[in-house]
Amino acid sequence: MLKITDLTKRYGNGELVLKGLNFEIEGPGLTAIIGSSGAGKSTLLRCINRLVEPTSGRIVVDGVDVTTLRGRRLRHSRRAIGMIFQGFNLIDRLSVMENVLSGRLGYVSFAQALTRRYPQDDVDRAFSLLERVGLQDYVNKRADTLSGGQRQRVGVVRALMQEPKILLADEPTASLDPKTSQQIMSLTRELSDELSLPVLVNIHNVHQAKEFSDRVVGLRYGTIIFDGTAAELDDDALDRIYEGTAGRGEQGEEPVDDMAIDTRGVAPS
Amino acid sequence: MTRARDASGVSEPYRWQRYTTAERLGRFLIYLASAAIVFWALRTLDIFWPWVWSAPAEIADLFGRMTPPDLRRGDAILRAMIETIHIATLATALSLLIALPTAYIAAQNTTPNSVTLWIGRFILVATRSVNTIIWALLFVAIFGPGVLAGILAIAFRSIGFTAKLMAEAIEEIDRKPVEAVTAAGGDKGKVLLYGIVPQVLPTFFAVTILRWDINIRESTVLGLVGAGGIGMILQGAIDTFQWQTAATVLIAILIVVIAGEVVSSALRKRVL
Repeated sequence: MLKITDLTKRYGNGELVLKGLNFEIEGPGLTAIIGSSGAGKSTLLRCINRLVEPTSGRIVVDGVDVTTLRGRRLRHSRRAIGMIFQGFNLIDRLSVMENVLSGRLGYVSFAQALTRRYPQDDVDRAFSLLERVGLQDYVNKRADTLSGGQRQRVGVVRALMQEPKILLADEPTASLDPKTSQQIMSLTRELSDELSLPVLVNIHNVHQAKEFSDRVVGLRYGTIIFDGTAAELDDDALDRIYEGTAGRGEQGEEPVDDMAIDTRGVAPS
Repeated sequence: MTRARDASGVSEPYRWQRYTTAERLGRFLIYLASAAIVFWALRTLDIFWPWVWSAPAEIADLFGRMTPPDLRRGDAILRAMIETIHIATLATALSLLIALPTAYIAAQNTTPNSVTLWIGRFILVATRSVNTIIWALLFVAIFGPGVLAGILAIAFRSIGFTAKLMAEAIEEIDRKPVEAVTAAGGDKGKVLLYGIVPQVLPTFFAVTILRWDINIRESTVLGLVGAGGIGMILQGAIDTFQWQTAATVLIAILIVVIAGEVVSSALRKRVL
């Protein structure tokens, strides 16, 4: 499904952020990527859909080497790779439905996108997915009127609208409070099972990584130093992943986590 | 005043000065230099002072000749006023056609390459640095006197203004939706439609309304150089010493400008 070979990435003339990664995802299931800030988690994920250009190495998604694609073929390969973002990345001034349908932008024509005339199949799929995540009553609400948890569910639905073969989630819960964060993770887990979808999640919260994933990959300074089941991720392994780095990856390790907790009462619901 | 005593009870007033002596000297020198520049300008420009002193009498005299305003040419003035508004509206619409693509190539984050960025920036500066009246003189020379020259003059002057503000709005967008559309496999056109347009739409409406408002005021003076609108009647009235008609025209301009202001501020409230 996904095969990464000798992947390296260097920003400008800086140090290598990814130092020759090799790893493979064969089938459905949730894989958590853990590691402290700066370990290269986001860069790794963004190399897969080429939001970041890899410096060297090969990334094969569903039998296609995406590292050399350009133009239309690159865009077509991106359709098969859904992505969920830490900051939700919704289009604030558009409605929930428009945001959800924007997941189809790789498929529809410019005229369809402009006039919002999406194929009926897309609209049907949008409604059923929105119903699945409990947002059927918010179809025509503007995205910026939703709460954080609702916004991220829109983000999840948008990614699934692409009919992806693999789903990437870059810290999907880091901007959410602990309870909502837990809900989003279990939703992601359920959808992964229901749709037999391989999911790759960057995550800071080690407890959630253990609770929701089948497999955990530990990244330290651009190198994979742990790759095993959630059960195998013991204190010793965690020490090796986080030793001498910012922290242990518990709640509140990153400033964003603190912020999410502080603003819980303020966020619109 | 109790704060002037410290903890030991000794009365010692706190001393506080906003500026140090050096800063005060520096500020004094700046004031002195400003006064010198004003004095220099007044000495250099050859203002004929007796005319300044006689101004109150001249104003009273002109006011006497202007009252009561002559309404006999009311019909022609009304028609010219409507023409003036049409010139402003058409010119605003025309300028948008050129300003929006210009904004796209003049914004650093959307321009295709450095050559297009340079072209975009050049258009911004070039159209803005030439005054509407100069553009009008130019277009009257090309197309002859009349409204066409006026429309083009105002449209050209508006391009830089609108495009600059729109380019700034594009440069200030949040990158996140752009990233999301790109990740979904959208091309540049769809990034524009979903990632950029929704974010700059409020600015677009605000800028368009503001420019229309400005253009109404600009189009009232176009007639002075023969480029259509109410200014033609004003010019004719002043040239033939029909001060009462000129007064009517001035009142008409005032009414329309105020009306434009009211309409545009009402519209602005609705889009923001």
